[in-house]
Amino acid sequence: QQVQEDLNKQLFDNLVSFLRRSHSEFQEKTTEWTCRMKSREIPTAALVLGVNVTDHDLTFRSLSEVLQNNITPYIALLEAKDCPGIKNLMQKLMGQLMNCYVDVDSLEDEDYVQVSQNRIRCSMTSLTNWYETVTKKTDSETPSKKRTSSSRDWQSPPVVVIFKDMESFTTKVLQDFIVISSQHIRELPLVLIFGIATSPMIIHSLLPHSVSSLLCIELFQSLSCKEHLSTIIDKLLLTAQFPFKLGEKVLQVLINIFLYHDLSVQNFIKGFQLCIVEHFYSQPLSVLCCQPVDAKKRVNSLSHDQCENIRKLPSFRRYVESQVSEKQIALLTADNFLKEITQKLLEDLRVYHENYVSVLRCLHVFTSSLPKYPLGKQIRELHCACLENRVWETEEYESSLQLARMLNKSDLVTMLQQCVEIFVSSSGNEFDKTVEKLKEFLTQFQKLEAEAFQERDVSVSSQKELQKKTDLYHLQKTLLELKESRRSKKLTKFEMLRFEVVDYIDSLVRNYLVPADHKTLHEIAYFNTASVLRGHLNAAPRIALHTALNNPYCYLKNQALKSDGGRISNKAPDICIVYKLHLECGRLINLVDWLEAFSTVVMAVEGPNADAASSDQVDDIIHARFIRAVSELELLGFIKPSKRKTDHVARLTWGGC
Amino acid sequence: MSQPEGKGSGALEVKFVPDEEVLKHIADGAGIKVRKGKTQLTVSVKRFVKKLENISDDEAQEILEEKNYVAALGICAQDPVGNGSSVSGGEVYSFQTPKRSSKMAELAAELAQTPGQSVAPDHSECPEKTAKTPQSSSNFLWAEIAWKCNLILLFAWQRAVLRRYMFLLLMHVFSLQLQSKKKEYVATTPYRLRKRLAAPDPYLESESEYSASCSEEEDEEDQKEVSTVLSGRKTPAKTKALSTPPPRNTLAKKIKEDKMSNLVEEYFEAHSSSKVLTSDRTLQKLRKRRLNQQTLHDILKKAPLAYAAEIKELNQQHESLFSKWMLQLHLGFNIVLYGLGSKRDLLEKFRTSVLQDSVHLVVNGYFPSITVRSILNSITEEVLDHIGTFRSPLDQLEFIIKRFKEDSSLELYVLIHNLDSQMLRGERSQQILAQLSSLPSIYLIASIDHINAPLMWDQAKLSLYNWLWYETTTFSPYVEETSYENSLLVQQSGSLALSSLTHVLRSLTLNARGIFRLLAQYQLENKDNPSYPGLSFQDFYQQCREAFLVNSDLTLRAQLTEFRDHKLIRTKRGADGVEYLLIPVDDSTLTDFLEKEDEDV
Repeated sequence: QQVQEDLNKQLFDNLVSFLRRSHSEFQEKTTEWTCRMKSREIPTAALVLGVNVTDHDLTFRSLSEVLQNNITPYIALLEAKDCPGIKNLMQKLMGQLMNCYVDVDSLEDEDYVQVSQNRIRCSMTSLTNWYETVTKKTDSETPSKKRTSSSRDWQSPPVVVIFKDMESFTTKVLQDFIVISSQHIRELPLVLIFGIATSPMIIHSLLPHSVSSLLCIELFQSLSCKEHLSTIIDKLLLTAQFPFKLGEKVLQVLINIFLYHDLSVQNFIKGFQLCIVEHFYSQPLSVLCCQPVDAKKRVNSLSHDQCENIRKLPSFRRYVESQVSEKQIALLTADNFLKEITQKLLEDLRVYHENYVSVLRCLHVFTSSLPKYPLGKQIRELHCACLENRVWETEEYESSLQLARMLNKSDLVTMLQQCVEIFVSSSGNEFDKTVEKLKEFLTQFQKLEAEAFQERDVSVSSQKELQKKTDLYHLQKTLLELKESRRSKKLTKFEMLRFEVVDYIDSLVRNYLVPADHKTLHEIAYFNTASVLRGHLNAAPRIALHTALNNPYCYLKNQALKSDGGRISNKAPDICIVYKLHLECGRLINLVDWLEAFSTVVMAVEGPNADAASSDQVDDIIHARFIRAVSELELLGFIKPSKRKTDHVARLTWGGC
Repeated sequence: MSQPEGKGSGALEVKFVPDEEVLKHIADGAGIKVRKGKTQLTVSVKRFVKKLENISDDEAQEILEEKNYVAALGICAQDPVGNGSSVSGGEVYSFQTPKRSSKMAELAAELAQTPGQSVAPDHSECPEKTAKTPQSSSNFLWAEIAWKCNLILLFAWQRAVLRRYMFLLLMHVFSLQLQSKKKEYVATTPYRLRKRLAAPDPYLESESEYSASCSEEEDEEDQKEVSTVLSGRKTPAKTKALSTPPPRNTLAKKIKEDKMSNLVEEYFEAHSSSKVLTSDRTLQKLRKRRLNQQTLHDILKKAPLAYAAEIKELNQQHESLFSKWMLQLHLGFNIVLYGLGSKRDLLEKFRTSVLQDSVHLVVNGYFPSITVRSILNSITEEVLDHIGTFRSPLDQLEFIIKRFKEDSSLELYVLIHNLDSQMLRGERSQQILAQLSSLPSIYLIASIDHINAPLMWDQAKLSLYNWLWYETTTFSPYVEETSYENSLLVQQSGSLALSSLTHVLRSLTLNARGIFRLLAQYQLENKDNPSYPGLSFQDFYQQCREAFLVNSDLTLRAQLTEFRDHKLIRTKRGADGVEYLLIPVDDSTLTDFLEKEDEDV
């Protein structure tokens, strides 16, 4: 359990560091651009962030952190939901600014805190006053203590106001704020940052010209969320560092949710965390899913039960069956021997991962530049394909090899160089030979180049010959000859070499990109129950409701409820019957008819024994049951009371959906 | 007639047949008829047989019957030849031919899907009937043909087409036959048919009625033999139709599985007209007393809960997840439960079994007067022991967040029953709850029931909530949840309103009571008028004057102001600017009130 918390932490660190990196360039720009601040206009940065709103929070937090460290201590983060009016906005702004000031040097300005708490005058003037005193103080008292050198260039550090979600602010508030602050721009160096989710055009549609002319807008584009995702996948999945892996289906589910539902990196990470939790919760052997050093210790301390668990793993069984019989017996009976083997297998698995990643990257280098991307543009697609089954058996792989055989030389050389880099940087020691081989290829290519020079001379000369003969017949003839020779010439050296390279890559793929579930003990590291994940992350509550209503047998395993093809038996729970009956109606439902139909059904069940003597009482019960079922449907939102006709309810759904 | 078939083929796959094909079908049927009037009798029969051979072997018996049919066709076709129709049948025929072969193949394919049992009953009668044909008159033959056409058409569609089209087409076929019989073959039948079909009649009855009406029509003109056969057939269909629910269900399924376009069509059809086609019966005519909440509760308690064992099993399944929930809550996820059935008991069980020793807060979201503010208040007051009020919920939230951030040892479990209830589903309250739940030391577990509940949350809120979805279908009745709902069927207790009415009025002068009484009586007189706007001030003044209750409109106005202050009346301005007075109490309460007043006086 400890391990997973570590993993979670690492995960977030990764993300934050990444985001920070992606924004550092942006920061640089901001600083240099704020230098040429104009007097009348408010400098404004419009930050286009894309639709993945949920990630913005993190982005802004890191952004303000960076700003705070490098440029100015005065930062206010404003959100639309806190600022329904200009007054709230000012309050919020002042509170944040003054508090933040307190945070920076919390020595002597308790009076300011009081000011903000008492909310004496939340006006721009008080803000400027405050700003003046603060800057004066800091200037006079601790000019040397002032932050980094960059901020000392400024006589007065700017006040940065970040509007997190610009679209959701009321236009009026924004306009007022901009107009007011433009009046004070001389005393108060204000910088605005708008977070924009849609498109930069929104500024102009939100603000009239008279207001937007007060702004001096510069546009910044943050990285697209897809790039975030690929970085994360790169860092988390395609490394041998993390022992935990995602199975193909799970990864597919996560990526699908990302691409088709929210484009949110944060949600992707959440899904990943959930995978980790589920894995460690449901798989008893997941204790072995840890760093190799720990794994050894843990294997040694396995209890008998856990050994049995290992023996039960399907992949391990496959492994046992492939062994000779004495070894089989030993594996199945002696715990110690089993532990030894397990260690070895785990080590194998680790090595496999290391090799897998580098070969995968290598293959990606080759396939990502092919026309039409038969194996996908992104490395994640390739990864999925490799996890799914033997990649070399797929059609796409075939076609991509075909295409690779037609690559031109310069591309091929650069690719090979990239591959060499990948292999050199990878930690696996098996790749020495591979690197050598690839280097050899490279030198051969260089040699070829030299030869090609000579050849070209030859061809040029032949060309000249061609030009000499001007009559048509001869020309045709020579052309034909040339063509013939080209066809018969078979392959040039270059082509031969190219074939060799491609074949070599192919052999690498066949060696190293074996899908994970062919590996023994893969269950320890791979999480593969996609259905659970989908159920928890991408649930369909409405479908569940409908199935429960339409086919109660799905949940209540009673033979009486079993039915064929859509019909439900009249023994179903009341609510199901009422629901079924209401499906028949149009927009309005007459309660009396409904009740009658219901009682017909229910009476049919009770059958003949419900005779006249007790009919009155039975009626009451049925009536009560009907009332209950109807009010349950009302709670579920299928119907609502209607005023259009007495004793009618209105349907809120249409048809069977 | 299609009723039993429809029942038998309930498990069949429903295929959508576009209108053109339907047209073709009819054209086929008509074509057969037309051909009879033609001299190329032999050709047509031969073709027909050839087509029939396409039908797969396992339907051999059917083929045989079909041949019988063809034979019958041939016989009756000879009849009209003598009449010497002036039709140049060639064009009609050639028009039909290219489509024929594929048509029959399609039909065969459909037949192949039909299980034998559903087909058998129709055909079992054919042989005996055809056996009679040769001897019978041409009149009878016509009925026979009509019957057969009918059968064929039904074959093609019994599973497929919209009900209304089916009915419509059959009607047309019959009328057509009648006409053609009387008019001695009108050549243009197929075309006319097409034209007629171009204007379909949307107002149709259910299938059962249609089958009845069809057979009735046949009855009218046929002899006894056929009618007896039919009546034998008709009665089961009718009885089936009487035992309403099961056939209704199959129908429902048919409709549901129809193609989307049909749904869309129907949707707009149903929503375009403001006319409501429901019966006018009301509960009052049912001679059944309305149950009030208490008796309802008692009765339901007496009624045994169906499938208790299964429900218990379901619950046990869910309960096994408790430890997992705890783990996931602690890892920063929040849990939302969905699925049919009350999840209150489940959550209660979770609370008693797991959360016994920890600080937790239970929010009954279904309670009609719950607000976010009260939730926040209970957190600040009960959990954080803070006394004092806050200016706004946002401030309060900020305070809570601050406290929880300062003190990491504080932990709070929040259980919310029905997060999607009327009071909590608002955007702002959801925002506040989401922010609350995003705190790492507040663990939220909630349940939702409404079908559209997930629409409450946008991306930002979802990420704040950080939900993990769990399907917990329990099938247990929503006892608590619905007890606060103002159901139509449950008698409004109204006692509260009544007592407040009498209470207020008792403190007023006799004149004032009289004024109110006048208004109440007037309102009760107009209770059947749905568009009753209220009593206009001028009329009211007149009435009050006549009853010697007021002497000037100023006194009346003063009195009305007093009523208004006690919320006894409501005024609204009509379109003509006249002030209308209304007592915002329902009629039954008002009647009770008047009765009580009478007793007092």
